[in-house]
Amino acid sequence: MRLLQRLPRPLLIFFTVIGPGFVTAMVDNDAGGIYTYSQAGARFGYMMLWTLPPIALLLVVTQEMNARMGAVTGKGLSDLIREEFGLRTTFVVMILLVLGNFTNVVAEFAGVASALELFHISKFVSVPLAAVAVWFLVVKGTYASVEKIFLGACVVYIAYIVAAVLISPDWEASALASVKPVLLWDAAYLTLLVGLVGTSVAPWMQFYLQAAVVEKGITIKDYRESRVEVIVGCIVMIVVAFFIIVACAAAIYKTGPRDIGSAAEAASALRPFGVYTYLLFSAGLLNASLFAASILPLSTAYSVCEGLGFESGVNKRFREAPIFYWIYTGLIVLGAGVVLWPNFPLIKMILFSQVVNGVLLPIILVFMIKLVNKSDLMGEWVNSRFYNVIAWIAVVVLAGLTFVLTGLTVRDMYFPG
Amino acid sequence: MADSLLFLTELMGMKVYDLKGRKIGRLRDACLVPSVDPVIVDRYLVGGELTWWTVRQDQVERISLDGIYLRDEQLTPYHEDEYMLRMVRDLLDQQIIDIHGRKVVRVNDVTFDLKRDNSHDQLWVLEVDVGVRSIFRRLCQGLLPPRLVRRMMMNIPPNSIRWEFCNIVEPDPQRRLRLNIDMTALEDMHPADLADIVEELSHEDREAVFEAIDSEVAADTLSEVEDPRTQASILESLEAHRAADIIEEMDPDEAADVLAELEDEKSEAILDEMEAEPKTEVEELLEFHEKSAGGMMNSEFVAVADTGTVADAMASVRQQLENIDTLTNIFLVDADGRLTGSLPVGRLLLAESPTLLKDLATDEEVVSVVVTERRDRVTEIVDKYNLMALPVVDERGALVGAITADDIISVLRQE
Repeated sequence: MRLLQRLPRPLLIFFTVIGPGFVTAMVDNDAGGIYTYSQAGARFGYMMLWTLPPIALLLVVTQEMNARMGAVTGKGLSDLIREEFGLRTTFVVMILLVLGNFTNVVAEFAGVASALELFHISKFVSVPLAAVAVWFLVVKGTYASVEKIFLGACVVYIAYIVAAVLISPDWEASALASVKPVLLWDAAYLTLLVGLVGTSVAPWMQFYLQAAVVEKGITIKDYRESRVEVIVGCIVMIVVAFFIIVACAAAIYKTGPRDIGSAAEAASALRPFGVYTYLLFSAGLLNASLFAASILPLSTAYSVCEGLGFESGVNKRFREAPIFYWIYTGLIVLGAGVVLWPNFPLIKMILFSQVVNGVLLPIILVFMIKLVNKSDLMGEWVNSRFYNVIAWIAVVVLAGLTFVLTGLTVRDMYFPG
Repeated sequence: MADSLLFLTELMGMKVYDLKGRKIGRLRDACLVPSVDPVIVDRYLVGGELTWWTVRQDQVERISLDGIYLRDEQLTPYHEDEYMLRMVRDLLDQQIIDIHGRKVVRVNDVTFDLKRDNSHDQLWVLEVDVGVRSIFRRLCQGLLPPRLVRRMMMNIPPNSIRWEFCNIVEPDPQRRLRLNIDMTALEDMHPADLADIVEELSHEDREAVFEAIDSEVAADTLSEVEDPRTQASILESLEAHRAADIIEEMDPDEAADVLAELEDEKSEAILDEMEAEPKTEVEELLEFHEKSAGGMMNSEFVAVADTGTVADAMASVRQQLENIDTLTNIFLVDADGRLTGSLPVGRLLLAESPTLLKDLATDEEVVSVVVTERRDRVTEIVDKYNLMALPVVDERGALVGAITADDIISVLRQE
């Protein structure tokens, strides 16, 4: 700590803010996130902006619950689910988590592919290279130093803010849309709605953040600072999301509302920013994709192994922790492999992964709410009523949306038109 | 698989019948009372319609996959008993320490040996199951007939830990005592292995380990814990006097490093509890910046007057027996305590007792650094001159400490 005290004050604040909460929030704006927000803006203009304030609230509530559980119990979320709900429940949750995270990993590699396609680099080159790079980065233990580069590169998100400003959107309309809820009984709209929640409050984040808090040895004593950091991270993340939607709404929706078919189309949202548009957009997307691709498979492998009691850790040899390495390697190899499939619908897959997140989230939330309210586990740190109300509303709304969404999809399938 | 084996998860939910063969409930838990017997299941908890009953082990007639038959119906209602280890609640799905395999494992199941004694059945705890086989068994249980599950799982290699190698971590010291849980087995492990284990535990369990084990082992283990923040949080969770006991056993340089990580209030509370001599040593080291020679050095070293003989040197070494394992060099100082030479211990062994130390010491000027020297410069010097021990001097050249090769290795590992 003595070293930190010598730093100039602004730097000091910066370093105290950077921690598990901030990292999680930054990774949250991954390939899936960028696409889902862009799509929301391109297809529906400012209309969906109203979802951001409630999403921000839900994000803060869930992330804070995770950070608190990690700090109080010193155990990861999958550990707690195992200890309190037994093996069978844990097994089912882990299967769901692996499937959900797998679609997310696919989305990240799809993000790598489309970011580099802007430079006419074939995905058959970029994706295998990215997969190998990510695998070695983490297994060889160099990830920790690279994380700072990833984090630093998140500065390119400012590009969205600048672009949104340069494009001179209708600020009045966007402000109004941010507080005016609109519900369309339309499968595309509801899909995107579930996707928006799912990409912002992703199930993997709950496991990752709590594990990161435990890993950093944060106890209830330093929890106050940690909470500030979690909240700041969430707000920054939502602000970026807001500007992505606004930029795409002003650039794409205005000229003709449509689905985004390629990365190039999404990049056009940044065109007013000048000739560096492509560079910035692809750098941002590439960075986000690689950042998340480094974290997701690892976090999944850790969660599963801890929950089911297999040995885990990149400091173990393959023979000591075979299941850990199989899950980790399998997610990367299969995730990258799926993207290389001929005529693979990259964009559809990315959106699909975020919808899967949205469908899984209420299930994970129920477990979190139950755990965080156990007084033998949390003592005086159990949830306040406010938190419970928010969390339960989220569960009911998301479950309801999923239900309606399934209904609408089935209807459209059998009774088109 | 021998029929005499039974698993805890098979036992759970098993029907319990009275003398007339009527079902009185289902089995909810099996309990050991370690103060009575460490391996024989002493009580069975049966969930009836309205309440839970406690069944003593001598009231059981027969146990099989078909159910549990009692031979005595005088049951008492269940009440919480502090002396009882409830295997489903306290053990199943929880983490324990595998002393033999030196790691933290999660309990998937418990294997019992079914023994007939005085014509009634007893369960002896045999081993704790971890790994894929027991997971498979639990996932299938209740969905498939137990005998079929048993046959299917034979294809998966077993992975179990003998009960005597299982160490339960119980955070409550009172309960630890009542359950006869002692952590002395942990003390026989290599501190580096124990540190790895401790790093995997939750902070509550970590605290329990550090409270229970011998303070010397605790000190060795704490210095093997890699992350300085983890070291700090462990010390913080302990009471000041216990933390002080552990700190006293550590090398002063490491002790100072750990204390520097703590908040001032806590580190002062710990220093207050320490004995005078180690306290002043640590306090002196705390003055130095962490990333300087002063922050790296150890204030425990052997210094002998440069006018002395080999016999004098041997006498000084004998007084420092504590550090004999890591002693590589002794240092020569003049009357003012200024460093004049460095002498590898090996040379002492070959020399005759009356030989003057001056004549043994290397001719070249001794390599040393001042306390304020930067850390990277220090590692450079040690590397360049291939030193096992680098003396550290103050501004006037007086010897104040020494940096050893293992200090350098931990610095390099951290970077």
